[in-house]
This record gives sequence, C-alpha cells and structure tokens, in this order.
Amino acid sequence: MGFIALTTERREAERARRPPVLLVVLGVLGLAVFAVPFIGLLSRVPWTDLPELLSSDLVTDALRLSMVTSLTATLVAVLIGVPLAWILARLEFPGRSLVRGLVTLPLVLPPVVGGAALLFALGRRGLIGEPLNQATGLLLPFSTSGVVLANTFVAMPFLVITVEGALRNLDRRYEGAASSLGAGQWTVLRRITLPMIGPSLVAGLVLTWARALGEFGATITFAGNLQGRTQTLPLAVFVALESDRDVAVALSLVMVVVSLAVLVALRERWWKAL
Amino acid sequence: MTKATTASSRILSLILLAVVACSVGVDASTSATDLQGEVLVSAAASLTDAFGEIESAFEEANAGVEVILNLGASSALREQILEGAPTDVFASADTSNMDQVAEAGEVAGQAEIFVTNLLQIAVPAGNEAGVTGLDDFAHEDLLIGLCAEDVPCGEFGRQALAGAGVTPAIDTNEPDVRALLTKIEAGELDAGITYVTDVLSTEGTVDGIDIPAEDNVVAEYPIAVLAGAPNPDAAASFVEFVLSDQGQAILTGYGFHRLDD
Amino acid sequence: MVEGPLGEGLEARFELHRGDEFRLELDLAIPPGRTVALLGPNGAGKSTAVAAIAGLLQIESGRIGLAGVTLDDPGAGINLPPESRKVGVVFQDYLLFPHLTVAENVAFGLRSRGMSRSNSLARAADWLTRLDLAGLEKRKPALLSGGQAQRVALARALVTEPDLLLLDEPLSALDVTTRSEMRRVLDRHLKEFPGPRLVITHDPVEAFLLADEVHIIEKGVVTQWGTPDEIRLRPRTPYAADLAGSNLLFGRATAGLAQVGSHHIHLAEHGIDGDVLLTIRPSAISLHRRPPEGSPRNMWETTIELIEDLGERTRVRTGAPLPLTAEVTAEASTALGLAEGESVWLAIKATEIGVEPGDGRTSSS
Repeated sequence: MGFIALTTERREAERARRPPVLLVVLGVLGLAVFAVPFIGLLSRVPWTDLPELLSSDLVTDALRLSMVTSLTATLVAVLIGVPLAWILARLEFPGRSLVRGLVTLPLVLPPVVGGAALLFALGRRGLIGEPLNQATGLLLPFSTSGVVLANTFVAMPFLVITVEGALRNLDRRYEGAASSLGAGQWTVLRRITLPMIGPSLVAGLVLTWARALGEFGATITFAGNLQGRTQTLPLAVFVALESDRDVAVALSLVMVVVSLAVLVALRERWWKAL
Repeated sequence: MTKATTASSRILSLILLAVVACSVGVDASTSATDLQGEVLVSAAASLTDAFGEIESAFEEANAGVEVILNLGASSALREQILEGAPTDVFASADTSNMDQVAEAGEVAGQAEIFVTNLLQIAVPAGNEAGVTGLDDFAHEDLLIGLCAEDVPCGEFGRQALAGAGVTPAIDTNEPDVRALLTKIEAGELDAGITYVTDVLSTEGTVDGIDIPAEDNVVAEYPIAVLAGAPNPDAAASFVEFVLSDQGQAILTGYGFHRLDD
Repeated sequence: MVEGPLGEGLEARFELHRGDEFRLELDLAIPPGRTVALLGPNGAGKSTAVAAIAGLLQIESGRIGLAGVTLDDPGAGINLPPESRKVGVVFQDYLLFPHLTVAENVAFGLRSRGMSRSNSLARAADWLTRLDLAGLEKRKPALLSGGQAQRVALARALVTEPDLLLLDEPLSALDVTTRSEMRRVLDRHLKEFPGPRLVITHDPVEAFLLADEVHIIEKGVVTQWGTPDEIRLRPRTPYAADLAGSNLLFGRATAGLAQVGSHHIHLAEHGIDGDVLLTIRPSAISLHRRPPEGSPRNMWETTIELIEDLGERTRVRTGAPLPLTAEVTAEASTALGLAEGESVWLAIKATEIGVEPGDGRTSSS
C-alpha cells in the first residue's frame, strides 16, 4: 500500500528519488511469505458448500467460544497485565530483569509446553490446582475458564511488553505536573498516564486479542478439546484437518475474515502506534 | 513441524551415516544386502515404541539403509501423504485411513494387515475414581477423555461404547492417543479408551482395565509401500521385515497381536 | 507592591542529594507579593529546587513552609504529597496534557480537587478570557503557539488559587521574537498574583526584569543574592561576573536615545519608548588609545578599572561615566598597552545595543 501511495499521491514530491530496487524486491518477498499461504488457503475453499459448512454447530460453537474466550482473556490481561507493566516500568526491585524475562517466556516457549506447565501447576493433581480443587471444587482443565487461562498465559506478554515500553517512554514530568495540580495517584493514572499511553495500550490490546484468538497448543494441552466448552476455532481447525478438510478450510476462512476485519478496522481508527 | 523435524533428522542421519561409513567402511561394503539410502516410514503414534525397535533391527540387517520414522495420528499422516510429502511406507492404525490413501492411488500394490490391537480402558495408576468398566464412562462426575472422533482410537472407542450401550460424558477429545494417555498418566482424567499396547508402554503409570470381548473392537493395522516412494526397493524390504517372524516377534513384545492369533 | 509578613510566604531551607555527586542546599524566604528569581547555569540544581518545593522530590533535612503550613520537615516526619500542596507550577516546556483540550487542561486542577465538570470548565473559561485566550477552549495543546501555550500553562497554575506561584524557565521554550512580549505579559500576571512568586531561569535578562531579588545558584549552592543592581554591580563569583559582563543597563528611552543614569546612549531601535533594558555584548565594545576615526555615535573617554586575562581574550572593566565590561583579543590588548588606571576611549555601534522594554525600574548607576 505504501508503494502505491508513493507512485500516486506523492509522485510529484518523490519523483526525483526512485526507491532502491533491492529494498523493494526484498520487501515484496517478505509480503509473499504472508500472502502465498493465504492464497493456498483460498484456493481450497469449497465456495459452493460454504454456507452449509459455516452454519454447522461445529463452526458456530467454535466461533462463539473463540470470541468469548479471546475477549475475556484480553480483559483479564488488561486487569492484571497493565498493573504488571506498571510495576516493571516504575518500581525498582531486585530481580526485576528476571521478572521481565519471565514475562517474555511465553513468547519463546512452545505453547504446548506452556499448556503442560499450566497443567502441572493448576491441573487436578497440580501444585496449586490440587489444594484449590479440594478447597473449592474448582477445576480449570477441561473448562472454558481453562481456555481463558491458557489464552491469557500465551497472549498477555504482548500487552505487558507494549505497555511497559510505553510507560518507560512516557515523559514522567506530565505526571508530576498533574499531581502538582492536586491529582492523587489514581487520578493521575486514570486521567494522565493511561490516556497518554493510549495508542500503545490499544496496540497491545489488539496484539493480545489476536494472539489469544489464534491460540492452540496451550489450550489443547491444558483445557482439552470439547465442542462448545473448550473447542475454539484453532482446535476445531486442527481436528477437522484430519477428518474433513472442507470443514477445516471453512473454519480457517472464518478466522481469517474475523481477524482481518477487526485488525483493519482498528488500524484505521486507533492503531497508529504500531 | 513434522516436515521440519523430518528434514533436520534427515540431515542429522546423513551426517551420522557418513561418520559410520568412514569408520566401518569395510564392514558396510560387505553387508548382507546391497540396499542403499533412506526409507521414510510414516507410522501411527501407537507404533512409536515397537517401530523404534524394528528400525534398529532392520538397519542392523541392512547396513546401507537409514530408516526415518515419522510418527503421528494416522489421519494426520494420511493428510501429509495426500498433500504430496515424499514417503516410502505408511503404517496406519486403521484401515479407513489406508483406504483413503489407496483410493487416491498412492498405494503401490496392496496394503497388508500386519498386526491387530485391542482396546483397553486406561486409568491413572491406582484407579482412584474406581472405574470398573465402560458403564462408568456415562458418569458426569468423572473426567472422561477419548481420542478425537476422526482418529482411529477415537473411532474404535466410540464403537465399543456404542456396542455396550453407553453414552459417554466426554470432557475432552484428544487429538491423538499419546495426548490422551499423557493426561491420564498425569491424573487429569479419570478414564479413557486406548489400545492395550499404549497401556503397556507406560510401564505402570497407567492401569489397564480389560473390555469384554463382545464389546471390544479389533483394530487392524495395515502397512503399504507407497506409489510415490523415493526408495521403493528398501521400502518393500522394510515391509517384508515387518511381516517376517523377527518383525512380528518385536511387535507382539509390545502387546500387538499377530494376524494368526 | 505590598509585601506581607514572612509567615504567609514561602520559607524554604533545605538540603537534598541526587546520586553521589549532586547536592542542593537552598535557603529562600519569599514574602507574599515579592518575586524572587533563582538564576543559574544548566545543571546548577534549579529544576531540583522546583521538584523539591512542588513535592516531587523529598528533601533530606530542613523545612519547607508555605502560608503557615509546613510542607516538608523530615525531622518531624512531615512530607506533604504534591497533590496536597497549594503550589501553582508553570513547568519548563509547560507540560500541557496533550490529550486534553485547552479548557480541560486549565480545569484539570479544579476537577482533581473535586469540583464538578461544568463548574470547573466555566472557571477555566473565565481564566482563559483573562489571559486573552478566549476561543481556544476546544483546541489541543499541539495546535497552540508558544506564547499561547505559556499563557495556558499560567492559567492552569493560577486557576486553583495557589499559595505560591512557581515558574520554571517560563520563557525558554519561546522563540526570541515572542519572548520579550511574553515576558511583559508574564510580568503583568506575576504582579497580579498576591502570593510569593519564584522564577527559575538561566537567562539573566529574564531574572533581572521579572524579579525583585535574584539568587544566583551554582553547583547546588546559592553563591550570591540581592537586588538585580547589587548583583550586577558587585558580582562575587566568576559566573555572576559573567552575567555582569553582559552589560545589562536599565534606562529610559525616548526616540532612539536612552538615558542611563545621567548618561545618554544612542539606539538603533527607535520604536521603543519608556523604560528599557539595554544589553551590550562585551565584544561589541571597542577600545582605542585616541578618539576613533569615523563616527560611532556612542563614544566616550573613561578609565580602566580592572583587567582580567582570559587567555586569548582580555576582559576590561571601565569606570565612570558608565561602568561597562569590554572584551578584546589579547593581541589588541598588548598592542594598545592597556593597563589598570589608564584612560581609554570606548566606542559602541548603536546597532550592537539590544533593547528590551523594561518594567518601570530605573537604573541606579
């Protein structure tokens, strides 16, 4: 898109400077890495059967569950991830870099390992899961809450990292100015800090949601796979891929359309920080 | 992921092969057969341990051949083959996946049943939930897991439950038998249906409860050389080895049944 | 100008450290109605002083009191948080909240102190009108000119009716052309503010024109304080001498002629009448053994009071009729054979004399 804009709107100003050929070639190659698999997917879409495939219980259940769990996970990430980002950005304490490493761990860890780790900690026989289950009867594996937890585990780092970076870059003198005007710490946070890092916050939210929506490994390992309860779109795609490829492709198409719609809409309006 | 793993293990085995060839070059040239190269065998996950041993035995008999095992759910392996992954041998845990591959014209000659396997109820060691039979699978209070419907162990498990007239209260449909077994092993599930061979492979962390013969389902494992096999001679030799007495002895050692049992 | 008793003003006597290197020691007393400037080079500790008085940094010893209220007294365990201090601050770069409109910025202090949205916006609108900012209520700070931003910052600080007005480099963010105009606006509003006022600056012109009393701060310590004239005429440190060396003269201009004490100086600027502050760079003053050729309009004979060797340059302080500091190259100094007590001719081109509208003070020199 940038290239097109260059050749039309700004042609006058840019006429003297042709973009370096190598850069464009490499950039187009980069685009191809994204575009080619999508084209492959689109080439297998069973267009005529699509309406019937999409209206099946399997698809609507998975879509609904994916929306509910990914949005809930994003909300949870805001409630606990933003405070964590604040702690990392603002408080000096021993082992802070270790904590920061821990936060990024889910980004490098294979999600399946993350799911197994969640099981060891919060499963029925888990370190915390067992006493928790005995005390309250609460059981996270094989439940929708378990899906939310797995999504949060895998996706929250995006929010924490983005927000922490924004907090570090924020000119703290604004907060000082606000408190000199009589604003208490919560008011400063609510009316100055958060609005000022707004664009980064939104970007972090979008990344978190997108990652949660696509989550597979940790979910199937920790929460299992049951239609209507724990089978999100990615799980449904994975299972269908081995039985009915048409269903798998239709499900993938749903994921692509939903996420593209949201990302493009947000990008236009909000998501300018990234 | 499987392809990447395969590629890297291929490179690794090529290196190993080169090292071995250099150090024992004289022995290699005087080997019993003159088969050369790699054989890529895609085998059902339930064959993991047995085929591991067969691989070693086969390679011992054919010093010039390197067997590469690609293990996974039969249905996933089928998809790989149908999408054109270069594979020499396919060993499925059910006939339907093999049939689909054959229908697509990807099987060279005829697929042959090489072993059968029986289902068993798998429970965590100690059987805390007190599961006794298929009837317990209807209990809402128990955490019940099956293989996904389209995976052979899931298909057969459902057949067995239907035969016993039980509507299971399923909590999860695991993508393959190993994933199911892992969750039973961890005690996260109270019971599931797997193969006898799988329970045996856990060496005590999972207890098996027999399913009465009238409800049980005999899973037939077919094997075939594929039409697009890059190394058809070695592939045929591998299949022959699996069907031989030596191969069959290895398989029965892991709980599989010979065809003539 | 009526100055109230000290108890109602600002009393700040404190010490604090930042890191291992930097220590700030301050002793300030500003009665209501009096403007004090804290003048010093960058890194002298001026901003630290602002932060301490505003409560954004904790002092280690001493006491800060304002209008009879103790803000800080580490000995007694008192450290009022910034939001509980009635200190109105105009920050360096103004720090207007970029995501709020002008009116919301000004109303922020009132909102934070519990006033309803509509009341606080109405009060903000009043103040914006007072500062000639009516019509800009809905604008975002990014779209304001420097002068407008400064006035918005001033309105934001004043609207809460603080007990102290604290201005941190209030003019440094402005370009030179608007600076003198904004300084007059600022001067007017400072004088309308009834409480003590503290101006932090590195610009001697700003300090000498706005303040009744100037404290020179260097490396965390006040090295000299007094009225602008006292500092100018009797500098006690090299930095103060440098400031003095800038030749700041208060005078009264009429049609291009400025009267400084009993002396007259020709100006190139004819547009400014009334009180002025003249600035003459030392290097713009030339020294001669005989009356110079040509006709510089400002030329007189004087005696050399002091010669300072600055390496490649030589600084020369001259005496009556108008004490000035000149700087010549060491070469020229030798060629001229300059020596203390000797008489010399001094010339200044009218175009080299900076003219700033003043504030009603007349020079004592």
